[in-house]
Amino acid sequence: MNRLKPAVYGNPYLAGIGLGLVLLAAFVLVGRGLGASGAMTRLSLYTAHNVETAVAGGTEAAHEVLERQNDYVKKYLATESDPLMDFLVYMFLGILLGGFLSGTMARRVSFQVIRGPRASLRTRLLLAFAGGIISAYGARLARGCTSGQALSGGATLAAGSWAYLVAVFAGGFAVAYFFRKEWT
Amino acid sequence: MEIIAPFSKVFEWTPTLTSIMAVLLGFGFGFSLERAGFGSARTLAGVWYGYDMAVVRVMFTAVVVAMLGLFGLYYLGVLELDLVYVNPTYLWPQVVGGFIFGMGFNIGAYCPGTSLVAMATGKIDGLVFLLGFGVGVLGFAWSFPYIQDFYTSSYMGRLMLPDVLGLPPGVVVLLVVFLAFGAFALTHFVDSKMGNGQGQEQP
Repeated sequence: MNRLKPAVYGNPYLAGIGLGLVLLAAFVLVGRGLGASGAMTRLSLYTAHNVETAVAGGTEAAHEVLERQNDYVKKYLATESDPLMDFLVYMFLGILLGGFLSGTMARRVSFQVIRGPRASLRTRLLLAFAGGIISAYGARLARGCTSGQALSGGATLAAGSWAYLVAVFAGGFAVAYFFRKEWT
Repeated sequence: MEIIAPFSKVFEWTPTLTSIMAVLLGFGFGFSLERAGFGSARTLAGVWYGYDMAVVRVMFTAVVVAMLGLFGLYYLGVLELDLVYVNPTYLWPQVVGGFIFGMGFNIGAYCPGTSLVAMATGKIDGLVFLLGFGVGVLGFAWSFPYIQDFYTSSYMGRLMLPDVLGLPPGVVVLLVVFLAFGAFALTHFVDSKMGNGQGQEQP
């Protein structure tokens, strides 16, 4: 193998077994599965709250700014403990570290924009941003993403998570035709 | 046998120990995703266009392995299933939210976990997806009062497939294994139709 080239990806079944064992370890150790969108939700709401408080410029204290938010925001931020001292935020840090180490070992760390042969840089970044917004709305409405619902809920045989899993594939295929030039 | 799992509940772990475990589990999670090639949007988007079926293989393998382990330990009597978190069912919000999520997954070509791994390995589009996700969260939070009734509708509690199907958990576990093998067979059929490689693609 050429030392300068990135390594080929792992066999998907082996990677799946690895991922499945991590998920099983989560159930056995802490009695819950994996998650990614929860931490991103916290970080987003937390950042927005701090910005709003800064913009208020001392005319309002942080707790006063929080007071006029709706119940959804309060559920995350108006808590006894620090909103960022959360299980999923710790997991978020671990995901970054694990991804970085694996990528480093396989020489796959590089600054680049992943895009299809026909997609321009601008189109790809625009679609990545739009896709982020849309999937966030869906994940919050469904109370979870691919990790928290499909993987973790799927393995515990949660009925709603299986409905979610089917709906995710349906949604993806429903728009696949319109965005085919992004990748093919 | 004696119930020993989940450890954090049975042995009453401190929050600090649980947090350390969260980092370690996240580490394994991120590592596995990157191994699978999920740090690249190209791999993830392959499932929609049939040029790379890794998403289906990795996901169903992981679900099957974790499910077999979880229910195996339950049947051995070492794990208390009631102490394991099972996502509550809110049927329609999950169906509609899942559909919207799937559209975003196709368009952005990442999901939250994979966008983190992409960002950690320098992929700018992963970072941009992540920023979009942050904006989408704020959009949801803003719209919450308007959709609150729908958000809490069709609540069915801790509902599991064995309850829905009226079958013992062991039988449902077996059915899911069959379903997964069917999905694997389908991915290999797609590969042969599309003339894909053997699933170990060059980044």
